[in-house]
Amino acid sequence: MPIESPFHARTSQLCTSMRWKDWAGYFAVCSYEPCHEQEYFAYRHAAGLMDATPLFKYTVSGADAGRLLSRVMTRDITKLRVGRVTYCCWCDDAGKIMDDGTVSRLDDDVYRVTAAEPTLHWLRLNARRYQVAIEDVTTKYGILALQGPLSRGILGHVCGRAVTDLRFFRLTQTTIDRRPVTITRTGYTGDLGYEVWCDSADALPVYDAITEAGQNYRLMPAGLDALDVARVEAGFVMNGVDYHSSNHCLIESRKSTPYELGLGWTVQLDRDPFIGQSKLREEKQRGSQWSFVGLDYDWVAFERLFARHDLPPQTPHGAWRDPLPVFDRTGRQVGQATSGAWSPTLKKNLALASVKRSHAAEGRELLIEATVEFERTRTPVTVSAPMFFDPERKRG
Amino acid sequence: MNPTASKPTKSSYDAIVIGGGHNGLVCAAYLGRAGKKVLVVEKRPVVGGAAVSEEVVPGFTFSVFSYVVSLFRPHIIRELDLPRHGMQILPMETTYNPVPDDRGLVRWGDAARTRREIERFSPNDASIYPEFGLAMSRLSRFTKNIIDTTAPEPASLHPKELIKLLKLAKQFKDFDGDMRYLNLKLMTMSAVDFLEEWFESEPLLPAMAGSGIIGTFMGVRSPGTAYVLLHHYMGEIDGAYRAWGFAKGGTGQISLACARAAQSFGVEIVTDVGVSSIDIANGRARGIVLDNGDQVSAKTVISSLDPNRTFLKLIPEGQLDSDFTASIRRYKNRGSSGKVNLALDRLPTFAGGREGDHHLRGDVTYAPTIDYIEKAYDEAKYGQFSRNPFLNIVIPSLNDPSVAPPGKHVLSAFVQYAPYNIREGAENWPQQRDAFGEAVIDTIEEFCPDIRDCLIDKQVISPWDIERMIGLTEGNIFQGELSLEQLAFLRPVAGWSRYQTPIDQLWMCGSGTHPGGGVMGAPGELSAKTMLSKKAV
Repeated sequence: MPIESPFHARTSQLCTSMRWKDWAGYFAVCSYEPCHEQEYFAYRHAAGLMDATPLFKYTVSGADAGRLLSRVMTRDITKLRVGRVTYCCWCDDAGKIMDDGTVSRLDDDVYRVTAAEPTLHWLRLNARRYQVAIEDVTTKYGILALQGPLSRGILGHVCGRAVTDLRFFRLTQTTIDRRPVTITRTGYTGDLGYEVWCDSADALPVYDAITEAGQNYRLMPAGLDALDVARVEAGFVMNGVDYHSSNHCLIESRKSTPYELGLGWTVQLDRDPFIGQSKLREEKQRGSQWSFVGLDYDWVAFERLFARHDLPPQTPHGAWRDPLPVFDRTGRQVGQATSGAWSPTLKKNLALASVKRSHAAEGRELLIEATVEFERTRTPVTVSAPMFFDPERKRG
Repeated sequence: MNPTASKPTKSSYDAIVIGGGHNGLVCAAYLGRAGKKVLVVEKRPVVGGAAVSEEVVPGFTFSVFSYVVSLFRPHIIRELDLPRHGMQILPMETTYNPVPDDRGLVRWGDAARTRREIERFSPNDASIYPEFGLAMSRLSRFTKNIIDTTAPEPASLHPKELIKLLKLAKQFKDFDGDMRYLNLKLMTMSAVDFLEEWFESEPLLPAMAGSGIIGTFMGVRSPGTAYVLLHHYMGEIDGAYRAWGFAKGGTGQISLACARAAQSFGVEIVTDVGVSSIDIANGRARGIVLDNGDQVSAKTVISSLDPNRTFLKLIPEGQLDSDFTASIRRYKNRGSSGKVNLALDRLPTFAGGREGDHHLRGDVTYAPTIDYIEKAYDEAKYGQFSRNPFLNIVIPSLNDPSVAPPGKHVLSAFVQYAPYNIREGAENWPQQRDAFGEAVIDTIEEFCPDIRDCLIDKQVISPWDIERMIGLTEGNIFQGELSLEQLAFLRPVAGWSRYQTPIDQLWMCGSGTHPGGGVMGAPGELSAKTMLSKKAV
């Protein structure tokens, strides 16, 4: 039975659709309205407010905190300066990915880690030789993701310049309605956006202050369904959907490496030893077996599949995450699409996929399985970079 | 878009498009894509024609004329990659019909909720409403075959034409019997008669019938208006019929996206440049003469202006047969609508006691009864604007806050009837404009009692203003009425529905050609494709 987030008193009032799901043991809103469409458009044209509390959160502090995190993460965290946030992943000894998340450096010896899965044991297991304290603060803080092109204006109203001047992947510690908050310029929508951390006890006043400031900016509460479309457009991988944590996999072939998931840019090899380093180095030299790519459906062909049944083309309603096999032109399976969505912004039918490296060149034509009127068939897609949507405002 | 010059860089082009409305730009983009050297000449400082966004009041961006989008052809969006050039469509989710002393009727994206709303007025209507939607979708799909290709030519015996007709006949035959009859009814009946075969209650009937008169000088009980109803049903967004949306940043952004696409194919666009005439020698167009007297030559000249303007104003006297000229003169423009755009300090309170503003995110149609619309038409018939007009209102700032300062709003009211030819003569519209604006605001006040308290500024546009500002003859928003005798192979006149004109190398690409008006892009696209296939450019 899931538990309630500290924002539940507000979100449950707003969630008129009664559409909830279990996210990491918490009640989480799928969409506040019966359909997620308006919430998606809020993310892209105004601002959406999402309760991201269910993320696992850890505080790592002490003289060796940076060294421990550098040992666990694929990135050299000792290089992360105070006031900055970084996105990274972590692997097992075989270089297989376990999870991905962010690390924020709050102070010289204080870091915060977010994760999709419980990570306390893994951090502690690797901390034996270090002077660190690791605390699971998952329930101690609430997180609100405020995402969208007008999010800066809203937070500016609440917090002033400390936030409006905040650059991409930086953090600031300030107050909202006199309550201490940490604000990071991060998010999972691929748009301009922020994440606001507050003490769970302060959750409601912080929520109210942001909502009130948001009234003039058409701020909407937004749920996970809208987020899922946005993150497919942004090409962000999701643990449990686009890959599986290595410690959950029964079979080896289910595991992935950062390189295979397009996260090679988070791997810093040439530094002090870290977990998975030697295997990742080997892979880098050898080349990966798989590549993470975007797939763009050939619309005319897709439309024809429906026309055969005298039907107008039907785009997927929201994001999907039931995997579909991907083939080369000879009909040999060369990978699988793990999630996808119709992009209302780009007017394209999109998927994210893992395909054999030999078939991952941009512009390559592949086939994806499609079922129309109970008839299973294949339709052409073009390989592209997974980041379909990347507006200037995200970083600017 | 890239900055436009006010002088063409060359003296000669493959093609010159007169008028930078969305169809002119789409046509130019397709020709540019085919590698042609194209010049677009726009008289105003901004491109877009009737699809234009302008900051009329500081901080408030109005979609000055055309205000919603649905008919824009999805394949044009794809082929010209318009999202990459800035075209973004936000969905309109609701339709709200205020009713005096009542909560009114809201049709939502949520079918069950819509059913419950209609049930308050008629359980029968509520239960048949989805069936009607399905029937209209089926008819729309049939019509789509017509609007996405050049018009059939029934008078021709050319095998290609016969095959085209046979194909259409087969599609018609493939309909089941009921649908075939329905199609015929739709072509001949009035919007009200057609709808009354399904529905019985107000305000649903007038709210739906309203789509049958938009841009047309006819009443909801005038035969032929049922087709206009379908014209507003056959729009689609992402494959969903009858879906309407707002362009982010106003309708002008669609034109700007088309302009950027055209520029990406090397098309040159000049603004603030008027065309005084089309240069014709020996029955063949060879270029244009600008207002400043400069001449620019081209292999092909394409006019995106309306037929009246193209043939009666830009072509020197005597170049056309008198029969053809007479047909163009008979072509009905008859502007029937005006536009009132308001800058609001806050969201006005709508009567009816509904909470929040969810029901205002789409459009608000004020037409509480059939008689209300018909009375509004009565006044127009005798040369007066309606004192209590039919209103179609949108508040795009609720979906797209970028068009107004934080917390403030833009309200756009499409107003019918406002006849171009008022009793006192069209040129007397300036003296009536204020009274017209007041009549509209008085009407809005009936369901928005505090509208005047919210008002910062307003822009009142009569059909005379439409003609003066963007050149649409008699202010007709479709470049000529969408009545059956002016559609398909009869648009603009019989025998000339394929974008060609009696003048060699002079082509048309505006809404005055098949398949007609609305921010559709189809005339521009079909015209360009026809020219390319005939190697006319």
